Amino acid sequence: MSEAILSIRDLTVEIPTRHGILRPVDGISYDIGRGEVLGIVGESGAGKSMAGNAVIGLLSPPARIAKGEIHVGGTRIDHLKGDAMRRLRGKEIGMVFQDPLTSLNPLLRIGDQLTETILAHLDVSRSEAEKRAVAALDEVGIPGARERINSYPHEFSGGMRQRVVIALALCAEPSLIIADEPTTALDVSVQAQIIALLKSLCRNRGTAVMLITHDMGVIAEAADRVAVMYAGKLAELGPVRDVLTTPRHPYTDGLMGSTPLASRGKARLHQIPGAMPRLDALPSGCAFHPRCPYAQDKCSADPGPDLADGNGAACWFPLPHDAKVA
Amino acid sequence: MLAFIIQRIAQSALVLLVVGLVAFSMFSFVGDPIDNMLGQERTQADIDRLRGQLGLDQPFPVQYVKFLGNAVQGNFGISYRQGRPVADILLERAPATLELAAVSGFLAIFMGIGLGVFTAIRREGFAANAIMSLSLIGVSLPTFLIGILLIYLFSVELGWLPSFGRGETVRVGGWTTGFLTESGLKALILPSITLGLYQMTLIMRLVRSEMLEVLRQDYIRFARARGLRERAVNFRHALKNTLVPVITVTGLQLGSIIAFAIITETVFQWPGVGLLFINAIQFVDIPVMAAYLMLISVMFVGINLIVDLLYFSIDPRLRADRTKAH
Amino acid sequence: MTDRQLPPDMPIAVKDPSRLSIALQSDFFYTFKRSPVAIISFAVVVIMVLAAIFAPLVAPYNPFDPASLNLMNGFSRPMTPNAFTGDTFWLGTDDQGRDVFSTILYGMRISLFVGAAAVLFAMILGITLGLLAGYVGGWTETIIMRIADVQLTFPAILVAMLIFGIAKGVTPVEHRDQMAIWVLIIAIGLSDWVQFARVVRGATLVEKNKEYVQAARLIGRRSPAIMVRHILPNVLSPVLVIATISLALAIIAEATLSFLGVGAPPTQPSLGTLIRIGQGFLFSGEWWILLFPAATLLALALSVNLLGDWLRDALNPRLR
Repeated sequence: MSEAILSIRDLTVEIPTRHGILRPVDGISYDIGRGEVLGIVGESGAGKSMAGNAVIGLLSPPARIAKGEIHVGGTRIDHLKGDAMRRLRGKEIGMVFQDPLTSLNPLLRIGDQLTETILAHLDVSRSEAEKRAVAALDEVGIPGARERINSYPHEFSGGMRQRVVIALALCAEPSLIIADEPTTALDVSVQAQIIALLKSLCRNRGTAVMLITHDMGVIAEAADRVAVMYAGKLAELGPVRDVLTTPRHPYTDGLMGSTPLASRGKARLHQIPGAMPRLDALPSGCAFHPRCPYAQDKCSADPGPDLADGNGAACWFPLPHDAKVA
Repeated sequence: MLAFIIQRIAQSALVLLVVGLVAFSMFSFVGDPIDNMLGQERTQADIDRLRGQLGLDQPFPVQYVKFLGNAVQGNFGISYRQGRPVADILLERAPATLELAAVSGFLAIFMGIGLGVFTAIRREGFAANAIMSLSLIGVSLPTFLIGILLIYLFSVELGWLPSFGRGETVRVGGWTTGFLTESGLKALILPSITLGLYQMTLIMRLVRSEMLEVLRQDYIRFARARGLRERAVNFRHALKNTLVPVITVTGLQLGSIIAFAIITETVFQWPGVGLLFINAIQFVDIPVMAAYLMLISVMFVGINLIVDLLYFSIDPRLRADRTKAH
Repeated sequence: MTDRQLPPDMPIAVKDPSRLSIALQSDFFYTFKRSPVAIISFAVVVIMVLAAIFAPLVAPYNPFDPASLNLMNGFSRPMTPNAFTGDTFWLGTDDQGRDVFSTILYGMRISLFVGAAAVLFAMILGITLGLLAGYVGGWTETIIMRIADVQLTFPAILVAMLIFGIAKGVTPVEHRDQMAIWVLIIAIGLSDWVQFARVVRGATLVEKNKEYVQAARLIGRRSPAIMVRHILPNVLSPVLVIATISLALAIIAEATLSFLGVGAPPTQPSLGTLIRIGQGFLFSGEWWILLFPAATLLALALSVNLLGDWLRDALNPRLR
């Protein structure tokens, strides 16, 4: 990776509650390079989306960044507030939400939503903005963009709407896109198209992508590298091929085992016993140890080791084990 | 859409027919019009002649149709109390009520929406909380007490504003207006506040709760994520969506303003149709009561119809759904 | 007009069956104890109701007993001995020397009676029609709900005025004052039944198709019995909430009508009538004749309102 577009160091998000401080994101670090797609996977509640919201500065209070640094394009942004942060949103960091049915304002024509975004960030005339809006729609593969620009969101199908959402996220040419479960709400038949579209657009523009999903299939298809999150922490980080084929963290292994993934050729699906702990009742040591088939005494005493130079697994006894524990 | 409008108009017509029936029944069953119109020295011949003149010897449905026909032509009979055509009295009094209601409605809508938006955006602020607490008292405070309170403060104690009447009025064609004289405008202040305050509170609370709901929506988050200015998010995106449900209730509130004018007009001895109606009830002046009922029904039904049409112009989804008849 | 909904400030939905009983056992009293607003408004309402019921015992004078009146006592200022008689009145006296405190107690009695009776009337009427509409369906339902729709188009107070006006026209002149209170109750009650009917109809429609009602039908229970035994308990908590909020509205409606001179007659003055009388003395400086009844009305309406608000939240866990 030549240069890091997004660089996160020791990012910690806290939510103060009456019963103490919760840490939905707890000291994670990673980089995303130009044109690179980093997949973030994990169960719901693992802190994937919270990390994405922290980067784009849309944490809903009382959640806040308590520690760590976020750099985008070499500039530190985690301490930016109000209008300074607003200027970055859309311009430097674009975001694609999960549900295209609810992310578009139903009362505004999509052309208006595009031009308002372009005018908010680029110093162009209205007619130029409208021209660019048509181009943006065209680029995401909406047929008849010139006419469709005057349509309302409800006049599009789900897949088409997600294309519009992607056009909106990309229209001010950000260097980073955060895609939060971009295909979860779509028909299976459309999912692959959207992923392919997102991937090709970003590759052509050199846009870095933070692809948040719980779907290993999406990761396998789109990501260059993958980060596995568990209970607010990074469990494993590495090139997608390595992580998928030879997972080193037992949690990743379990996750793979519970995913129907053709390439792994396993006959049966496994299930990780138990459920991810609630944030207000985290176990001591490595948060995964109560569910881990390989856990030892050390695991309940010490939190997992730091990821060595941003790669590998945060596990005291990474896989593969020579002799499997019974 | 056309079908929908026709359906609504048909419904409105039905409501008016029912109201007409109520009004007509009042004529027929409450008190004897013959008694009311003829003096003590009447002969059976007089009674029969009048009965024939008024068509009272005809069957009920025929009388009802005749009554409706008369009402449509603006012929509501003769006031028992004043001995003049009811239509003339109503026309004379209508400008006072309409001017008062217009100013109050204007006040209620603009202040209500403005304060509602303010309290929703500045949800945590001191001012917003103070306004919300005050509004709770405002809802419990009967209109007539507000009026008395204002009179006590601004007329009795401070002596700034008149406590009753319309001030000087100017005749413009068939319309008497208080808008053109200083005393007329001054006289308008207290009554319009009294009349508008309750509706304003209702609209404000409604706008606030709807707006808070809308601000939680995905498309608002997406608008923020696109880096739109806070003002654009709040007003272009949130307010417009808030207004869709607000319009219905607001429309009905405007109808209520004309009805509640009865109370305000009584407190301030405002020479409008409301005061006329109250006096009519006190003296059981059936023709005036019936005419007022018909008149106010036409207004209500008209407002309802306009509200429905407004709905269409704001929400494109409705337009599409109705025309495609999903 | 059928698809109009209540403003979101008043979400009164049909809730599942045993909400009220569960709430009464646990959460209900817990939240009550933790809400100072609820405790204070409940206390104010209880004190006022008791004072109204026992007005003849509590009131220092009987303002309607001509024998106890002394015109010389007229316009006594509050807490100040009268210049002629030396009598002192807590809240002063009106033009005829009637003790304002006593008239307020008696006025409150009438206000509360009219309000409660009107709500009770509206409740019985609304529940009956709602059950009928929901259970029988067909033409019965269409007619009932159409009437409800048309009535909802108009503000309740206007409907009440109209009914009062018509009733006044029907009553012989010599009975008008005597009948006024009852006419008032019917007028306000008739203007307010729709809310009840809508909720009960909604609940009935939901319950009608549940297995236990079908089963009860199969074993031959008669329809009215099923309705009363099975459906009624389920709508108890929304009905209770509506009743409380309606009580506040009915008290205000009564006061408004009486203030306008189309309600309680001067021979049986309610709080609204007292305010109407008091308004006449505003300019001449006898503020207490107006102020104290007005403050009483406000305290009463506000307390019942707050109590209704709290009750709605307490019985509706969705909002908690």
